[in-house]
Amino acid sequence: MKYVIIGNSTAATYAIEGIRSRDAKGKITVISDERHAAYGRPLISYYLYGRTDLAHIAYRSPEFYEKNGVEVLLGERAEKIDAENKKVLLASGKKVPYDRLLVATGSRPFVPPVEGLDSVKEFFNFMTLDDALALEKALSPEKDVLIVGAGLIGLKCMEGIADRVKSVTVIDLADRILPSILDEGGAAFVQRKLEERGIRFILGDSAAKFEENAAYTKSGKKIPFDLLVIAVGVRPNTELVKEAGGEVARGIVTDDGQRTSLKDVYAAGDNCESFDIASGTRRILALLPNAALQGECAGVNMAGGDAHFTNAVPMNAIGFFGSHIATAGVYEGECYEEAAHDHYKKLFFRDNVLKGYILIDCIERAGIYTSLVRNRTPLSDVDVGLLEKSPALMAFSEAARRDKLARRQ
Amino acid sequence: MKRIYVKEKWCLGCHLCEYECAYANSGIADMVKALKGKNICPRIKVEDGDGVHFAVNCRHCTDPICVKSCIAGALSREGDGMVSLDRDKCVGCYTCVMVCPYGAIMPAEDGKAAQKCMLCTDNQMNGEPNCVKHCPNGAIVFEDRG
Repeated sequence: MKYVIIGNSTAATYAIEGIRSRDAKGKITVISDERHAAYGRPLISYYLYGRTDLAHIAYRSPEFYEKNGVEVLLGERAEKIDAENKKVLLASGKKVPYDRLLVATGSRPFVPPVEGLDSVKEFFNFMTLDDALALEKALSPEKDVLIVGAGLIGLKCMEGIADRVKSVTVIDLADRILPSILDEGGAAFVQRKLEERGIRFILGDSAAKFEENAAYTKSGKKIPFDLLVIAVGVRPNTELVKEAGGEVARGIVTDDGQRTSLKDVYAAGDNCESFDIASGTRRILALLPNAALQGECAGVNMAGGDAHFTNAVPMNAIGFFGSHIATAGVYEGECYEEAAHDHYKKLFFRDNVLKGYILIDCIERAGIYTSLVRNRTPLSDVDVGLLEKSPALMAFSEAARRDKLARRQ
Repeated sequence: MKRIYVKEKWCLGCHLCEYECAYANSGIADMVKALKGKNICPRIKVEDGDGVHFAVNCRHCTDPICVKSCIAGALSREGDGMVSLDRDKCVGCYTCVMVCPYGAIMPAEDGKAAQKCMLCTDNQMNGEPNCVKHCPNGAIVFEDRG
């Protein structure tokens, strides 16, 4: 059996482990246009922040590929899937035949077509380790930085570089920071803390025009900068599957075993959709745990198993300068709220389940809440009053507690 | 493998395990120096309810969601089944805190990494779990239940 994986990040790594859990012998080939062994992609901001270094950023041990019998083609770009003849065509002209193929191509930064952007010399994306290394070379304590995008990527970049440059300004069209994971109150809480640390925000406005060292906003402000980072969003890399005739909606469409509509072609990670049980919709959940779970599921099934990934929910843990946020699910239903000076907490209940939560600077034991969201545990089975105060196993029945602690569930 | 199990019925809620855990992981041989006047940050937590008490620490899950959620590859499942945290690789993002259904991984004292029970294999106790050893009522045991 010949397994081929396009991409070499989280989903690919877990697919390798998934395949090897069932098939010790089949040949595995990984094709990646990056030149590094798999690394923790979200670690690029922690690298700039000084929390990790190039010796520790690898996602697996140095012997991982060899131990798992994986041939790794680094710096090779897959150009086309020939689904009929079961081959992947590479930009270098090579053809890689497969019996089972995983497309784990992730996403790429979206760069909006703004006038004058090509005149900006020090312009960076923040998606790959090479992006971070290039940005690092340009950092210096005299420089003013403008980051376009106050989402997860833009703000983690901000944290990574804030102490290595003169100033950071973040601009976003949205009226609040982290709009994909925070409500208005939570966003205001985090923004206040970041502003206290000297970060400047321009919200509800966008960069309409660039010059080499300045942006002009839609509302007419001029923002001078030395370095520009664009982090307005990402686009899933779906083209390989689409051009081969596979079904693509917002992301690659798969069943709950990660099979695409193309025979023997699977997809996992930020390029494909999941069924989000919290919102009840198919959507791209571009988060690392989701990529890991999809990748493992794909790998097991590629090797003849029968795995299903059926409890995807959005969830994010993110932090800035020692302050920590955990969020999960959707923010709909009856709300329990604590808004204090030192923490912010919202729990959302509907249809007899915990639908979602926002926790800022009160993340301890948040996983107990997450498990309620993922398992859709009926609220009638738990002590809701106790859970509102703090996540605790005490809120479960004695029998459920006993089973949990004895590892029986 | 041998794991730590708790017997809710026998737990007195004395919280001694939390102190013994903090001591075991302090790196300081003298218990008084290790604990006196300090806010402890143990890897085991006693929950107290109305006449009910029990301790919670890592269950060393067979299919650990913390490992699959770790953005750094710092958490792994060892060959013997122990879920292990490599502090040098951990960046303190706390995704594991967000996913552990037992609430058994927590921020380390310095706030720069996570911490979890490693069955006293990574400290001065040489693999003899100190919470088990010092539980006055035999409510915490170290057993191989498969």
